[in-house]
Amino acid sequence: MSTVAVIDYGMGNLHSVAKAVEHVGRELAIGIKVDVTAQPRKIAAADRVIFPGVGAIRDCMAEIRRLNVGEMVAEAMQTKPVLAICVGMQALMEHSEENGGVDCLGLVPGEVRHFGDELRGAAGTRLKVPHMGWNEVRQARGHPLWEGVPDRSRFYFVHSYYVRTAGIATGVSTYGKEFVSAFADRNIFATQFHPEKSQTAGLRLLGNFLRWAGE
Amino acid sequence: MGLAKRIIPCLDCDNGRVVKGVRFVDIRDAGDPVEVSKRYCDAGADEITFLDITASHEERATTVETVGAIAARVFIPLTVGGGIRKLDDIRVMLNAGADKVAINTAAVFDPSFVRAAAERFGSQCIVVAVDAKQVEDGARPRWEIFTHGGRKPTGIDAVQWCGRMVDYGAGEILLTSMDRDGTKTGFDNRLNRAVSGAVRVPVIASGGVGTLEHLAEGVIEGGVDAVLAASIFHFHEFTIAQAKQHMASRGIEVRQAQR
Repeated sequence: MSTVAVIDYGMGNLHSVAKAVEHVGRELAIGIKVDVTAQPRKIAAADRVIFPGVGAIRDCMAEIRRLNVGEMVAEAMQTKPVLAICVGMQALMEHSEENGGVDCLGLVPGEVRHFGDELRGAAGTRLKVPHMGWNEVRQARGHPLWEGVPDRSRFYFVHSYYVRTAGIATGVSTYGKEFVSAFADRNIFATQFHPEKSQTAGLRLLGNFLRWAGE
Repeated sequence: MGLAKRIIPCLDCDNGRVVKGVRFVDIRDAGDPVEVSKRYCDAGADEITFLDITASHEERATTVETVGAIAARVFIPLTVGGGIRKLDDIRVMLNAGADKVAINTAAVFDPSFVRAAAERFGSQCIVVAVDAKQVEDGARPRWEIFTHGGRKPTGIDAVQWCGRMVDYGAGEILLTSMDRDGTKTGFDNRLNRAVSGAVRVPVIASGGVGTLEHLAEGVIEGGVDAVLAASIFHFHEFTIAQAKQHMASRGIEVRQAQR
């Protein structure tokens, strides 16, 4: 029995993530226990950690700091596979321009930028923000979490801000501009999209995470 | 290739069963919501919207149970609407496995509820459902918000209202034409275009789909980001796959069903 800790810092709906991971565990016949928790002891003891997040970064960072989640994530990244999703991915960076500018955890070099109010598509059409729906992810380089996921598969996104980082992108998408939709750095894999809401491709990525040993 | 236009089947549910009212009367049974959701998801639906059309207090428990059962089997976004009046209603639905909630009447009676909801749960999960009816035709058409299944006028201008809801934190607008709902004569694409051009967030068109071409028209003529339909899918007139194929043939970017 291996354990997956989903870090619960009180921001939004973690049930989707937990349910999807449990479902994948059953499908692959991997004995999995999912713990939705903020307890440092449980997170330290888990075999894998998921760092999710939805909502505004200022509120997320306030709770992350209050509960010392940054330390737990930093420690987990040293020793075991960590999957960061959406605002979880953004929280890893150094700084976000959301809410007038918010310092983030600085565990990964890079920053979080707004898509802008005058975002235009290829034909000059105005693009809506948030970027909401199914977009293609081009696999910028190979990674165990992409195994069996066809290149340019569509994943479900909902976000108004995106990550800028150099050299570690594993997935790239286009919405008015090209942006990093997934990156990997040693034990961490981070996605701007929601694998738990991305049907077959998303469940495959979660299954790969359950079998990935990290590094 | 970029963001795909979405096709969203809508399940109107009454006491645990999928139904479809034509202009909110003449309700026909269309099956078990969990089975129906799974079928749509497998066929390539981009999201599922679940509307609790009775939402009386006693039936609330049934709805929560059904939402939980859908969320455990369907791994695409799930929106739940109908009877969302308090922050606690939202919390209960999100905990049951919904990804977004649709707020309708409660927003009209207390617009600040939308702001409180977006602040507490994030704009990404707050959909404001708008029921609009045309009140003036001609060169400068106007639409108003109606409540109580389209029976009560409010005097509120629909296009301005949508802008206000976005300012309050709505992450998406679900726009239903009460003139077209249940008629199978196509969307009100003048309404769709007026709202979609006025707000920065995605707009879902609803009300009036009878053919696959109507879905394409919503995107091409109405300029919307997603199209919602119920009866054409429930009664097996068309499959989601056929809808995607048709939209693709009209040059619209869609997501193909995954194996």
